[in-house]
Amino acid sequence: MNFLRFAARRVAEMAATLLAASFVVFGAMYLAPGNPAGFLLSGRSASPEALAAINAQYHLGDPFFVRYLNWLGDILQGDFGRSITYRTDVSRLLADRLPTTLLLVVMALVVVVAIGLVLGWVAAVRGGGTDSAILVGTTFAVGTPSFVAAVLLQGLFAVNLGWFPSSGSGDGFLDKVRHLTLPAIALALYLIGMLARVTRSTMLEALDSEHVTVARSRGVPERQVISRHVFRNSLGTVLTTGGLIVSTLLVCTILVETAFSIGGVGQLLELSTTTKDFPTVQAISLIIVALFMAVNLIVDLLLPVVDPRITLGSRSSSV
Amino acid sequence: MTSMSSPHTLDVRGLRITLPGTARPVLDGVDLHVGAGETVALVGESGSGKTLTSRSALKLLPPGAVVEGAVRVRGEDVLAMNAEQLRGLRTGTVSMIFQDPRAALNPLRRIGDFLTESVTLTGSMSRADATARAVELLRAVGLDESALRKYPGQVSGGMLQRVMIAAALMGDPALVLADEPTTALDVTTQAEVIALLAELRERFGTGLLFVTHDLDLAAAISDRVYVMYAGRIVESGPAEALFARPRHPYTSALLASTPRLEGPQGRLAAIDGQPPDLRQELVGCAFAARCHLATEICDQQAPEPRTAPGRPHHQAACHHSDRLEGSPVDA
Amino acid sequence: MTAVLTRRPGLAKIRTARSPLYLVCLGLVGLVTVAALLAPWLVPYDPNAVDLGNALAAPSPEHLLGVDAAGRDTLSRLLLGARTSLLGPLGVVVFSTVAGVAIGMAAGWRGGWLDSVLSRSTELVFAFPGMLLAILIISIYGEGLPAPVIALSVAYLPYVSRLTRSLVLAERKRPYVSAYQVQGHSALQICLRHVLPNIAPVVLAQSTINFGYALMDLAGLSFLGLGVPALTPDWGRMVFDGQTAIQHGYPLSAILPCVFIVLTVVAFNVVGERWADRVARRDR
Repeated sequence: MNFLRFAARRVAEMAATLLAASFVVFGAMYLAPGNPAGFLLSGRSASPEALAAINAQYHLGDPFFVRYLNWLGDILQGDFGRSITYRTDVSRLLADRLPTTLLLVVMALVVVVAIGLVLGWVAAVRGGGTDSAILVGTTFAVGTPSFVAAVLLQGLFAVNLGWFPSSGSGDGFLDKVRHLTLPAIALALYLIGMLARVTRSTMLEALDSEHVTVARSRGVPERQVISRHVFRNSLGTVLTTGGLIVSTLLVCTILVETAFSIGGVGQLLELSTTTKDFPTVQAISLIIVALFMAVNLIVDLLLPVVDPRITLGSRSSSV
Repeated sequence: MTSMSSPHTLDVRGLRITLPGTARPVLDGVDLHVGAGETVALVGESGSGKTLTSRSALKLLPPGAVVEGAVRVRGEDVLAMNAEQLRGLRTGTVSMIFQDPRAALNPLRRIGDFLTESVTLTGSMSRADATARAVELLRAVGLDESALRKYPGQVSGGMLQRVMIAAALMGDPALVLADEPTTALDVTTQAEVIALLAELRERFGTGLLFVTHDLDLAAAISDRVYVMYAGRIVESGPAEALFARPRHPYTSALLASTPRLEGPQGRLAAIDGQPPDLRQELVGCAFAARCHLATEICDQQAPEPRTAPGRPHHQAACHHSDRLEGSPVDA
Repeated sequence: MTAVLTRRPGLAKIRTARSPLYLVCLGLVGLVTVAALLAPWLVPYDPNAVDLGNALAAPSPEHLLGVDAAGRDTLSRLLLGARTSLLGPLGVVVFSTVAGVAIGMAAGWRGGWLDSVLSRSTELVFAFPGMLLAILIISIYGEGLPAPVIALSVAYLPYVSRLTRSLVLAERKRPYVSAYQVQGHSALQICLRHVLPNIAPVVLAQSTINFGYALMDLAGLSFLGLGVPALTPDWGRMVFDGQTAIQHGYPLSAILPCVFIVLTVVAFNVVGERWADRVARRDR
């Protein structure tokens, strides 16, 4: 009962923020100097047909708010408008490119979670030289932008050693995975560092708490002390980084896909930005923001499972 | 003192513990024993080393601690135990009740989990047996089995301390260490918990080492009392004797600083000064700087424990015990 | 309290050691700043002087760090690139700090509707990663440095304002504030003369960390060709130009800007986090 009310509130909050975000994405267009039609065409030959098409799509004759609602209604039905550069539906463009990008993001996510958690765990539990080494390593990982990692990995493992292809996204699942391995690592590097640091510091904090000493004093084996008490209690904090991790992965695909010439959504965003293909930019921005919020919502709904204090509402223990 | 046939439940001999970054040992030659079924109090202010002493019975030492001396539980050397023997000791023979039950229980795990985890994870009891035992003990401490499904945040501090006590009895221990078990509780709950402890000790026949800063509480619950100051036992003996005729100025100062209902209504005497800093080396008697009896010898030579004339179990480590005795405690 | 013996304050003080990493990073921050300031007098060549006959030459006495695919001197481009690569993040940090402190202070001090508007919009801005906001604005205003700097300032602003707000809320509760209020000092006076100096170290530590992140984002935009104009030397742009050199097996002109970016970001992060730690320890 308590949980349902909590969930309902979170869903409503997310819907409100998403609505506001869509308004920002839509309204951004009107920040441009000049009239919207001119901006959307920006330098392209303004044939009467093209103008008519834009007018039809953006309902430029209607008042601002009606225009926004129409645009939003179309998007909710999966109609993201027409790309000005490619002269085709944005939803078609996305459908072609989304699988590659999703595979890339999922691969990177697996790497981030697997390596980040292990590094953070080992650093916190082992301490000493291991901890210092991981700390220095993650300091550099956190300071390495994904495009730098991409270029360096490409130079070393693709050009120099020839272990992996240096560009493209391949055909067939296995070939795709092979093509996307280096990009996924480049995408993951920064986040591995971040997740390892978050895991390490929350686990160190948990290691310091009295109930861990108590568990040890009662003869609970060290391995179980770490998993049942230290890691278990860090899980909530680790989980809250989920939204940030996914949105960072999505945004950085623009850099990594460009560096590796992968025909995914990130590269599409780069191309449509340089060619001022605003409907495509709008669509992709909105999708990234929506995915970020969806992940945050999932995290928020999972948190009470991990930390029962949230829905039990016990004030005394929340200190 | 000990005959090999019936070793003490807990026997600490010349325990000296040094922590990294300190100039003198945190514990400096502590001798202490608890007999089977006996209740012994260890009294001292915070930082005196009483918590560390009690934790040494579980080999629960801070990282980097250098230990000399011996800690024996039922004749077995705790400090020499390997990981497996230590788990056996901690799940069975010796258990500990901690000061703050709110901090001692993982807030994210159910109470039932807490009660059973040590015996089930080490394989000394099956899950079903452990749960049955937990229910039995919950009843014994005045709770019922509905507590098993609750999270620590859902029950009061006093109830949590009862859970803690039940948890300490799970492995049917020979010795329970209670580290200020009532300090974090409010006054009415304190009395209940003390009464419960006394009752359970009787019923289960366990030895009890009661660590506290409260001399009155120590006298009320225990057979014998050890008084600790700056890592050393300064006085030990039967509770009444120690109370009536303290032979160490620190004990008498502690008694004088406690408010009393009966007896002369004098002013309370605070003890001047601070306990010695761990970063400074200590020559002579640790209490000398705060002692009104101190003479030259106190600054030069650490006093050895000496038995009171006519009272073989009453010992004090003071050069001037005889000057103190006879002068009744007053302010 | 008696539970965790190892954390007794008396013992904690003994275990503070100086971190060599911090000192190296502090030196690095100084070095990069000096290089950026003095670059025009230090560079041996015009960074845009094209010498195709000499393209991709290895380091030599004439060109200490070699030459890129268009025959431009790498050392000159690195030094002048430091200017643009640091100027952008500096703009982001200055804008976001000044505006963030002002907004956060107003929200923390006044509370009420201002505060709830702030926390709502903070949530909204957090939904847009900095890069995405920058791309959205670039796609409207076109390439160049101002658009991404403004966009990133907006994206980084909530980090500063949220921090400032919580600091101001804590500071307000302290007795000296009501003492000044009783004496008739205005809220603005108290904020500027007393609250601001007290919270400044924490905010500056956060801004130093933000500097590193802004550098990463802006270098990324330059890498995409969306940041600085094409001919301006910039580290991110140099990485992009170096990609072709890598394909030809001459990685130096790409690796060097990569190394500079990473080292600079790491240096700013380490210094900022160290300051934040120090302030946190002081407050404890």
